[in-house]
Amino acid sequence: MHPPALRPTASQLALAVTGAGGSGAVTAGLILLEAVAAAGLQGLLRRSAGPQIRGGESAALLRFGPDPVLCAGDRCDLLAALDWDNHARFADEIPLDKASLVLADPAAGALPDAVVASGAKVRHMEFRANARQRSGGRANMVAVGALGALAGLPLRALLDGAARTLGAKGDAVVSGAQACIGAGHALADPADLLRETCDIDPHPRVRWHINGNEAAGLGALRAGVRFVAAYPITPASEMLEWLAPRLERLGGTLLQAEDELASVNMLIGSAFGGVPALTATSGPGLSLMLEGIGLAVASETPIVVVDVMRGGPSTGIPTKSEQSDLNAALYGLHGDAPHLVLAALDIADCTHTVAWAVRLAWRLQTAAIVLSDQSLGQSRAVCEPVAPDLRRPAGDATALRGPLLASDAVYRRYAVTADGISPMSVPGETGRTYTADGLEHDPEGTPSSRAADHATQLDKRQRKLMTFDFGPDWAEILDGDHDPAQADAGLRLCLLSFGALRGAVVEAAERLRADGWDVRSIALRLLAPLQCEALRAAIGQALVLVVEQNHGAQLFHYLHAEQALPAAARSLARPGPLPLRPGEIVAAAAQLLAEDPHARA
Amino acid sequence: MHEPSDQSLEAASPPRPSGKPQAQRGKQAQPTPPAREPSARQPSPRHRASIPSLRAQIYKSHIKPVWCPGCGHFGVLAALTKTLAHLELPPERVAVVSGIGCSSRLPAYLAVHGFHGLHGRALPLAAGLKSARPELTVIVAGGDGDGFSIGGNHFLHACRRNQDLTYIVMDNEVYGMTKGQASPTTQPDWCRSKLTPQGTGIRRFQPAAIALAAGASFIARGFAGAPAGLTRLLAAAIEHPGFAFVHVLSPCRTFRPEQQHWKQQVHPCELEPAQDLAQAAALMQRDDGMALGILFRQRIPVYAAGVAPITEQALRQIAAHSGALAEIEAELCR
Repeated sequence: MHPPALRPTASQLALAVTGAGGSGAVTAGLILLEAVAAAGLQGLLRRSAGPQIRGGESAALLRFGPDPVLCAGDRCDLLAALDWDNHARFADEIPLDKASLVLADPAAGALPDAVVASGAKVRHMEFRANARQRSGGRANMVAVGALGALAGLPLRALLDGAARTLGAKGDAVVSGAQACIGAGHALADPADLLRETCDIDPHPRVRWHINGNEAAGLGALRAGVRFVAAYPITPASEMLEWLAPRLERLGGTLLQAEDELASVNMLIGSAFGGVPALTATSGPGLSLMLEGIGLAVASETPIVVVDVMRGGPSTGIPTKSEQSDLNAALYGLHGDAPHLVLAALDIADCTHTVAWAVRLAWRLQTAAIVLSDQSLGQSRAVCEPVAPDLRRPAGDATALRGPLLASDAVYRRYAVTADGISPMSVPGETGRTYTADGLEHDPEGTPSSRAADHATQLDKRQRKLMTFDFGPDWAEILDGDHDPAQADAGLRLCLLSFGALRGAVVEAAERLRADGWDVRSIALRLLAPLQCEALRAAIGQALVLVVEQNHGAQLFHYLHAEQALPAAARSLARPGPLPLRPGEIVAAAAQLLAEDPHARA
Repeated sequence: MHEPSDQSLEAASPPRPSGKPQAQRGKQAQPTPPAREPSARQPSPRHRASIPSLRAQIYKSHIKPVWCPGCGHFGVLAALTKTLAHLELPPERVAVVSGIGCSSRLPAYLAVHGFHGLHGRALPLAAGLKSARPELTVIVAGGDGDGFSIGGNHFLHACRRNQDLTYIVMDNEVYGMTKGQASPTTQPDWCRSKLTPQGTGIRRFQPAAIALAAGASFIARGFAGAPAGLTRLLAAAIEHPGFAFVHVLSPCRTFRPEQQHWKQQVHPCELEPAQDLAQAAALMQRDDGMALGILFRQRIPVYAAGVAPITEQALRQIAAHSGALAEIEAELCR
């Protein structure tokens, strides 16, 4: 057969609203996402903004359909431009083609060259003039009505979305917006409809309306985190802001630290006191925290740091996504410092992965770094909820903090045990006082520079990670509709990714399977300790393409260093800030399949 | 290199005697009594009688300090164990958190909960512990390099946060553990470090004045060579609601042998502790750095946000998916 061609994902539609700062593009996106939810559909709303505090340009990018929305997709079906100011900055992020439809306000001036060159159909719509005719009218709301109509969203759902999104601003704002949405809805030419108009779902399923930062915060609360130390940083701040009032409702607290050097040490203090603690940061903050994370490893104090990755190095591209902190998370600590590194696979999975990380950190008395990124943290999904975990939270006095060895005459905080996990007391427990130490120490915690103590404690700290059974959650392995028992036999290609790239990879794998290829997607959730045996087994004899969003192919090199990959494995690594598109992955996979003499389907 | 003159530097900041025993204090005209044996200011008889010195032993661990013979830090250790005994604090309800340096070795020598953490980061670690466990008595200890150089930012913010912590800085004006480099409190013309053979040329950090400016609500100065007075100060600091900073002059026998003369140079603070900022600022202006006692004490709101103990009821609610967490979950649904 021929290598697979690029195919549109027929059931999903991608919309974009762009405009200058203050034009309300993001608000328009939020209302459309509410309408998607009301229609019983699922959606993914990304936002793109420059670094400006106020002003500057912004874009809302919505993809929706009846099934879970995995990623940004390849193209934009429908664009409404509130104006053309700075459109050039978005041109790359909103791929238009001949099948695209562009709604342009003639008052905004001439079409940019890039839009003309795309060959997209253009419909002129007077957003501003229509808004001006209505009290409190705004052009973005007229655009919502027109976009919603062309995207097949019911008017009632759009009006309801406006009420939900703008309700806090008062009735006058809501009614003004609704009048404009109605006007915009009437502007749409039924001949241009991109999708059959659906109805409001009379029996809506319970869906999450959540962004990745909120989802990660929820995972922390579920697992028992009650102390958060915070230093603001884009794009992680929303997680901290979401947590602050909710921690208070649960009897917990958030402390705004003077810097990340402080926040990571505050976590260690809290965990030493027996209270599960977490912080969220991004690349620059992670760099400042690394010494503290090493202290958590050496003193065997459980802490969790969520790194919402952005373009790096240095200040980089703070508002846009990249997966380039993997090396820092894996290798940033000095000394031999085994620790946990996890990555959330999608917005809802932020809840699962962060909760798992908190529990693992406490079970294994070490530091966990959870990698999220801007594309998860600041994107909002309407999606299936992740069921709550009803186990007792980590840090609970009855939870697993290692056995208190009654047989010992003296309390040995760092006792050498078969599984490497030692009894951890917390202040208040009589007769079990000890001094936690970043200095190497003997089993009692007494500082020691003896070779034997160093080797014993290094072994113990490594053993507890290497011998622990992490179960099946280390990766998500998908074979499509293939019978899993048969999947290994004909397997041609594994698409291997970590974290947020999972969505684009799964979508690419689906397209390849539709073209007759036996493709497996493997998305790594646990990056350290790497589950090497299981990964090699999952790959088998198949070709491998490692897909990641960074310049240095960090995952590819890591997996090679761990001897987890066959020598012929290939890398598809591209830096941010543009999302890696499923079409790119399909194209790279097709080339790999075409070159392989044994892989003809 | 800029050659600092003693005068130009010391004129702009309150002087403390140079380590040289023959050095003169800058402001002899003060109405302070001549330097006396600091033990002249003893705790009140009632106070003294209530310190059962033997009981202090239960706060000591079996670990032998790494400190040099004659190190001032022995005096601080003794004063601290006496203070804990005097306050009758159960060892398991006390945590001592430190950074890195000679003085930061303190927690291992105590039989309370301890954390010997990172260089300069004792204060934030203690802040996290106190937030998580507000009922604990949390004491932070370290040296001048740890607290005022690498940890200087945390010092400022701990002062202004006014969380209920006691911070003991054992100041010997030198980095001892790394074998004798100049610290922020070293005289600018101290030339005995290979790292700064011409002296640092940098004005000295003024711990008490900076603590005052940063908003600390309790500032005291003690002397390691006067453990009884220090015990009294530490007890007052621990009992003070809010951030209590105790600046302890703690001589380094090995790298700053001239500090043995501190015993003759320290003197009691001439006034009752200042209660308001203007009074305290005036006192700091006249401070020669050797005045012992409580320099400033003010009742201001304490940073008290902390974690409530998790109850059995809360655990049951989590297991039944009800209660506050279930409400938060429901708010995310649509």
